[in-house]
Amino acid sequence: MTAELHTRRNLLLTGAATVGAAGFLMPARAAGLAPTPTMRGGANNYQPGAAIVDRIGGGGFWMNGTVRRAGDGAPLPGVRIQIWAHTTEGYESDARSHGATLTDANGAFRLEMPQIVPAFGQPHAHLAYDADYDDLGFETVFLRPIMPSSRDTSLDAHFVLKPV
Amino acid sequence: MTRAVLIWAGLAAALVVPVVIAAGSPFLQWRSAVYIAAGFAGIVAMGLLLVQPLLAGGYLPGLTIRFGRRVHVWVGIGLVGAVIAHVVGLWLTSPPDVVDVLLFRSPTPFSDWGVIAMWAVFAAAALAAMRKKLRLRPRFWRFWHLSLASVVVVGSVVHALLIEGTMGTVSKVVLCALAVAALAKAIWDQRPRTWRVRR
Repeated sequence: MTAELHTRRNLLLTGAATVGAAGFLMPARAAGLAPTPTMRGGANNYQPGAAIVDRIGGGGFWMNGTVRRAGDGAPLPGVRIQIWAHTTEGYESDARSHGATLTDANGAFRLEMPQIVPAFGQPHAHLAYDADYDDLGFETVFLRPIMPSSRDTSLDAHFVLKPV
Repeated sequence: MTRAVLIWAGLAAALVVPVVIAAGSPFLQWRSAVYIAAGFAGIVAMGLLLVQPLLAGGYLPGLTIRFGRRVHVWVGIGLVGAVIAHVVGLWLTSPPDVVDVLLFRSPTPFSDWGVIAMWAVFAAAALAAMRKKLRLRPRFWRFWHLSLASVVVVGSVVHALLIEGTMGTVSKVVLCALAVAALAKAIWDQRPRTWRVRR
């Protein structure tokens, strides 16, 4: 951790280069990028270990996002992200509503799933980065993003992971 | 006579229309019977909140205030039952979400308002049940029952308005506005004598 702090400028340069190459619009603020905290209720109805799938159910809705490292903002490839929600095809607690995907070389993930419908008062999704499923050395994070409109057919959620 | 018919017809519409609109909500097709029942228990409870001050204040034509208050007791019991059905139904649907709500650690602000209203309605009902046994003085009783009722109505209205659920927006807003107006009228008519003398 301390070593990282000393070389933050170098990391910023490499990080910014990688991020720039990946086409993301976040150059200068990458240094000191704060980790994403787990959101309230984020872990509700989580079922650890859902399979990595090409698509959850029949699809039609897109869950998009990125995974980066706290501090330098470097994109993290190959990170397993699990996604679940109350959709047109099932409850959050139904196993068929769960699926996982891996981030690509640019730290981005994109998983098709059934349309999310409002449940418990808000149209929302759940996403997990669970440290138990890899040896990358980051802390577990659960997100619970809300759709700006229940008519939306996609939703973005971004992870900034904190090294343990 | 016409006035009486209009008041009763208006009340019936205010209670029935929101239920009918909710029954046509597209969200229902993606919900189980228990979840649907929990939602409708909430809508019924919202309707009963409009009925309660009308009964207590004797505003419904054809009902004596004495009879109206006896019905008020039964509607109050029904209201407590509807709130319990609402919470239990939601708990069966998603236990972790309801546990978060009851512990005030939910991510949804509207649920806190709902829980506050729930405890206030339980307290108002408990106070009513113990009123005779504890020989509560009328002024003390009235002040606390009306104060708790105000928390119930305001809490429930904010709770309902912030939720994206099966209720239609317009019928929900109208029902909420009527419940607040009925409560305000009942409180105004029960205001302490001292206020009246000064005026």
